[in-house]
Amino acid sequence: MTEALTDQVVLLARRSVVRTARQPANVVFPLVFPLLLLAVNSSGLSVATQLPGFPTESYLAFALAVPFIQGALFATMNAGTDLARDIQTGFLNRLALTPMRNVALLAGQLGGVMTMGVVQTVVYLTVGLAVGVHFASGVLGVVVLLAFAVLVSVGFGALGALLALRTGSGEAVQGIFPVFFVFLFISSLALPRNLIEVDWFRTAATLNPVSYLLECVRSLIITGWDAEALALGFGVAAVIAVVAVTLSSMALRTRMTRS
Amino acid sequence: MRTLSVASGVAWRTLHNVFTNPSLLIPSLIFPLFFFTAFAGGLSRIDQVPGFDYPPGYTAFQFVFVLLQSAAFGGVFTGFGIARDFETGFGRRLLLAAPHRGGIVLGYAGAALVRWLVTVAVVTVVALVAGIEVAGGAVDLFGLYALGLVINLAAVLWAAGVALRLRTMQAGPVMQMPVFLILFFAPVYVPLSLLEGWIHAVATVNPITRVLEAGRSLLAGSPTEVALAFGVALALAFCLTFWAFRGLRSAEQAG
Repeated sequence: MTEALTDQVVLLARRSVVRTARQPANVVFPLVFPLLLLAVNSSGLSVATQLPGFPTESYLAFALAVPFIQGALFATMNAGTDLARDIQTGFLNRLALTPMRNVALLAGQLGGVMTMGVVQTVVYLTVGLAVGVHFASGVLGVVVLLAFAVLVSVGFGALGALLALRTGSGEAVQGIFPVFFVFLFISSLALPRNLIEVDWFRTAATLNPVSYLLECVRSLIITGWDAEALALGFGVAAVIAVVAVTLSSMALRTRMTRS
Repeated sequence: MRTLSVASGVAWRTLHNVFTNPSLLIPSLIFPLFFFTAFAGGLSRIDQVPGFDYPPGYTAFQFVFVLLQSAAFGGVFTGFGIARDFETGFGRRLLLAAPHRGGIVLGYAGAALVRWLVTVAVVTVVALVAGIEVAGGAVDLFGLYALGLVINLAAVLWAAGVALRLRTMQAGPVMQMPVFLILFFAPVYVPLSLLEGWIHAVATVNPITRVLEAGRSLLAGSPTEVALAFGVALALAFCLTFWAFRGLRSAEQAG
């Protein structure tokens, strides 16, 4: 029984990875666009390091956290769009006629997103190290960052799956993209929260879970080992993952019953 | 006269599509507001960096960028509509029906202009509510919005040229990415004098830098290099007119 389930998960994860790899836009865009923004923002905002209280002398090191989260957002949308396409083309209906278990479908889908998340993390890390960013937490920090990337990918991937399963439309999933973008930008993306001057913006950034995801990655790069930042980052990512996986499992059950 | 009647028909249809379809209208309204909020709100302390000298403040500094960005993206979003028209076959029927096909490009450009005027009106109201300080007079402000208008024209001509050549919605990134790059390789967050390294070198030769800095000087009431900025923007629009009309020829030849 367990072996059959594993086979199903591996097959669907492989399908998810291969399908992503066969669409260059789904691979290149989530990899290149965040790096492009990193290049532009880190150069354009390098003077921000002159602000009293800025935590590092390198804005590039400060901004390197952003591609990790931004790349995960892009991968989420791609994963959601792919699943929605499966619904629209009737692939999910055909799967419902097989002995495939629901949990295998979801785990397989998330396996593909996780693989993409790890690839992105390795690329961003390599680029960061190549342009001279010093990784304050060392080799162990890289391992922790990879684990964090997997957890974030699971959470965001499940969110993408939830949207796809609830709406059944790729266009609807794409339409939610600006909302994710708002979460990313109204956060401590460009400046540390204590340096954000506008009160309502600082409050919004403090309430925004994305700030803690960014600060977790940032702590590993520029601070070293910051227990509070790591606990908050992993805690927020875990809550997102648990809630999103639970809700998407329920949505999948409803969708398969309808099929 | 026939060209104008084709242009008005195309413009009317494009505007009707945009203003009756929230999924087309809302992103072009929301994105500039969102960038204005994120940049002016999240980065306001940047004006305390030594050497930052823009008396109206950081909100006004970012407003000019968002105004020009909304102009450029208003043109690009209209380009998406052109690509959609040709992908669905409507564009081919339009080519068959129009006695003077130049009116097709003019119509799309007119629609992009009206679309941007609506967007910039909303952005301006929000900026005023947010307490933006406007030091420039009426003539200065007219100059600022006129610069935006020329950028909108240049952007729609660029996007139209791409859309008419490729005739598929998949051309979206080809229309969007160069516009995004040319905008963000300008002094977006701080004045040119505070940029360092490669971005300073790129921004110095980027034509949009002249437009952005002139726009900011107009809002501050101390116009600087405005004639150069208009010259650059008009030259861009002039060159891209050929690009768009050559694209129209390409669409005609494809049949």
